[in-house]
Amino acid sequence: MKNFSEHKTLWQRNLWDRFMVALLTFSTIMVMLPLLIIIGYVVVNGISALNWDLFTQELGSPARAMQGKSTGLIHTMLGTAVVDLLAIIIAAPVGLGAGIMLSEYPDHKLNPILRVINDTLNGMPAILKGLLAFALIVKPMGTFSGLSGGFALAFVMIPIIARSTESALMSIPWSIREAGLAIGLPRWRVVLSTVMPAARTGLVTGFLIAFARAAGEAAPLMFTSFGNNYLPNHWTGMILGPVDTLPQRLYSLAISPYKEWHELGWAAGIVLLGFVVTLFIIARMLTREKNYD
Amino acid sequence: MDIMLKNKKLAGAVVSEKTNIPNKKIEENGLPGIRMESRDLTVKYGTVTGVKNISLPICNEKVTALIGPSGCGKTTFLRSLNRMHDITRNATVSGEVLLDGRNIYHPKVNPVDIRRKVGIIFQKPTPFPTMSIFNNVVAGLKLVGIKNKKLLNEVCERALKQAALFDEVKDRLNSPGGSLSGGQQQRLSIARALAIEPEVILMDEPTSSLDPQSSSKIEDLIHELKKNYAIVIVTHNLQQAGRVSDNTGFFYLGELVEFGETEKIYTNPANKRTEEYLTGKFG
Amino acid sequence: MKDKQKEGISKKPLGIIYRWLGDRIFFTLAFALGLTIIVLSVSMAWVLSDESSLAFKEFGIGGFLTGTTWNPGVGLKFGALPFILGTMVTSVAALAIAFLPAIAIGIFIAEYAPKWIGSIIDNLIHLIAAIPSVVVGIWGIFAFAPWMRESVYIPVFNWTANNWPSLLPVLGNPMGYGIATATIILALMIIPFTTVLTRDAISKVPREQREAAWALGATRWEVIRMAVLPYARGGILAGVMLSFGRAIGETMAVAMLIGNKNTLPFTIIGPAATMPSVIINEFREAVGSLHVSSLMGIGLVLFVISLTVNLIAAYITRKLSATGGQLV
Repeated sequence: MKNFSEHKTLWQRNLWDRFMVALLTFSTIMVMLPLLIIIGYVVVNGISALNWDLFTQELGSPARAMQGKSTGLIHTMLGTAVVDLLAIIIAAPVGLGAGIMLSEYPDHKLNPILRVINDTLNGMPAILKGLLAFALIVKPMGTFSGLSGGFALAFVMIPIIARSTESALMSIPWSIREAGLAIGLPRWRVVLSTVMPAARTGLVTGFLIAFARAAGEAAPLMFTSFGNNYLPNHWTGMILGPVDTLPQRLYSLAISPYKEWHELGWAAGIVLLGFVVTLFIIARMLTREKNYD
Repeated sequence: MDIMLKNKKLAGAVVSEKTNIPNKKIEENGLPGIRMESRDLTVKYGTVTGVKNISLPICNEKVTALIGPSGCGKTTFLRSLNRMHDITRNATVSGEVLLDGRNIYHPKVNPVDIRRKVGIIFQKPTPFPTMSIFNNVVAGLKLVGIKNKKLLNEVCERALKQAALFDEVKDRLNSPGGSLSGGQQQRLSIARALAIEPEVILMDEPTSSLDPQSSSKIEDLIHELKKNYAIVIVTHNLQQAGRVSDNTGFFYLGELVEFGETEKIYTNPANKRTEEYLTGKFG
Repeated sequence: MKDKQKEGISKKPLGIIYRWLGDRIFFTLAFALGLTIIVLSVSMAWVLSDESSLAFKEFGIGGFLTGTTWNPGVGLKFGALPFILGTMVTSVAALAIAFLPAIAIGIFIAEYAPKWIGSIIDNLIHLIAAIPSVVVGIWGIFAFAPWMRESVYIPVFNWTANNWPSLLPVLGNPMGYGIATATIILALMIIPFTTVLTRDAISKVPREQREAAWALGATRWEVIRMAVLPYARGGILAGVMLSFGRAIGETMAVAMLIGNKNTLPFTIIGPAATMPSVIINEFREAVGSLHVSSLMGIGLVLFVISLTVNLIAAYITRKLSATGGQLV
């Protein structure tokens, strides 16, 4: 170069480079910090609120807690189990079927549209899915119910499952399908008996992730399963009538004006967090196992 | 030509003023004007050896070709000449590579400096697709902070002319770098490398992704360029190596089997392996 | 033996029917289930439009969208503007706050960190993204908002009262639950999402591009600036769009922290409302079909905005893969 003095010297550029490394590292730490603080806070406050009552008693009216009588969230936890199970039962076949459609019939004209719509549905706010379940299920039924909550959560799960199913099935090389066809299996047997078993880790992981996502959602449940301070008399009441779920209950407890309920809220928080994080860790471990195969 | 000489002096001056790298005496191997030299160079990827104990000279104003079957270390060796292995994880380099007598792997040497002096052209043309042709060519200068429009234009024109691309693109210097054909993109990559006025040019199979017409244009270019630079070319194409190079090194299984003047190696190779490769018995 | 089976199945007429019928049923099932997703999406659009038609008929589309009073009690007048504004302001501001840190982390993981650190951070990011919104919300209510009140809002409020009292109405109520708090929490929640997307975009940049920059003698940061980021900008843009879509739909934590004031004007740190927050707050107790219909109307607006953003992102992504990674 003609005139060295008008240029950035190498030393300058290296300094800049080092500065950027420091900046990037710093940003990463700064961002991780508050997020770890949240988890820490919930764990600390939640653990102190955990007790045996939590897992055995119903909530009852605010007076019950304020008077120091035993309250708990057993109805909430059972309700969560019911609603979440309903949701995965509804969502799994739909998501699986759609995923199979996308991966096994890749030339079908429906697929480009389906893929775009699925991705878009995935990006839609969960509250809208709650509104949809409200209109489709709550209104005709005339009552809030665990069933409508199940549907609302299923609407959240379906696009996630469809996407992960497609991805899991597509990662199986086409040669496996060809081998199946070559020994005379019909197309449907090839998919069911050779491709899907080979992709089972990916498929299960997809279910887990969708389940974990939906299990944490409160918004769609606020006007579908609605909530209940008590256990219904008969187990079918959980499906056909309003039922309590952890996310929705956590919200209600947190915004209530009762200090005792706030404490209960932290307990609900740690249970919900523990639940979701456990699912997440299992899913992650499964993925890692798959990578080592 | 004047610019070249002046900058060689400048570049040399910078190296010796700012650093205290010992100046090793270049041994005369009976070959004139050695620009670069490797001594006992070994490159390992983890536990796998890429090349072992390579010692060979790169002569100024000559083309040195590296030939050999796939995976035998030609590219590994080439990339060690401008410290490209610095960014490969797991790669360890031992031995020395001397540029004008100074070891480029000396801890005090800044690799950025080396890469400016030893340019490289890759197999796949890689223009920066978001930049215009003009900005692609002067990318190296802008890195150093040169902003003078007049200077940039001059350098761009000179580099494109050197790369035999100027006439074809002079009217559309602002169109995106990705809008050219494969052969043109490769010449653009060459222009980009030439713009920063390197002293040695490395070429890793520069024509293997191009059609025959573009390939021959590049070969003509190499003939022109060697008047001012030392060139090292890795190639699979034995005929190409025979056409363009002055010296040839034959690599086999990570070792340098034979090195010498191209004519001599092609007509009367000293090593049996070399002969077998050249006559197509394997590879 | 398998051949015999194959022969056996394909030769017998029953066997052919078995294959054909099986395939047919299988395909129909898959097709129907795929169609269900499309039906669901269309239903969402239809249901929201239908439910909100009452409100739109009453106030007119323009009237509803620009109306600023939201009065479920006495006047029975519903205008959506406060919530549309609230959503836009919080989401754009949150994205602006989150964007640089997210890209920084994305670059850090993809370019600088050694593999094991990158993997740990990656897991942490995904873990954080998995924290339910209500859990962030409860932390926000009892830990973050009070902290902000004591450490930031009240000092700022006092300073403003002493030095620039005319600014007080713009500043707003320092109680801690308001638009500023909600925006910060929102930014925190979309950082993981944005980080993953930018990291994916960056890792898709081909090796050769980086090597070309290395070869010109660029330092590590210069390689990123010159070769990686420009190449990845399409993917990053799509990521930003999707993050915006995520931000506007974020419901629980925002509803718990934004103070829920349904009227304009908003102040900097004072309470406000967003589209999801008002739906959450009022839907359960909404009495009267006009109220419910208006809430559905807000849902429809949310739907349209979200749909647009997602479609734009999908369009960008498709264009990227078609042109091999470039928006040009």
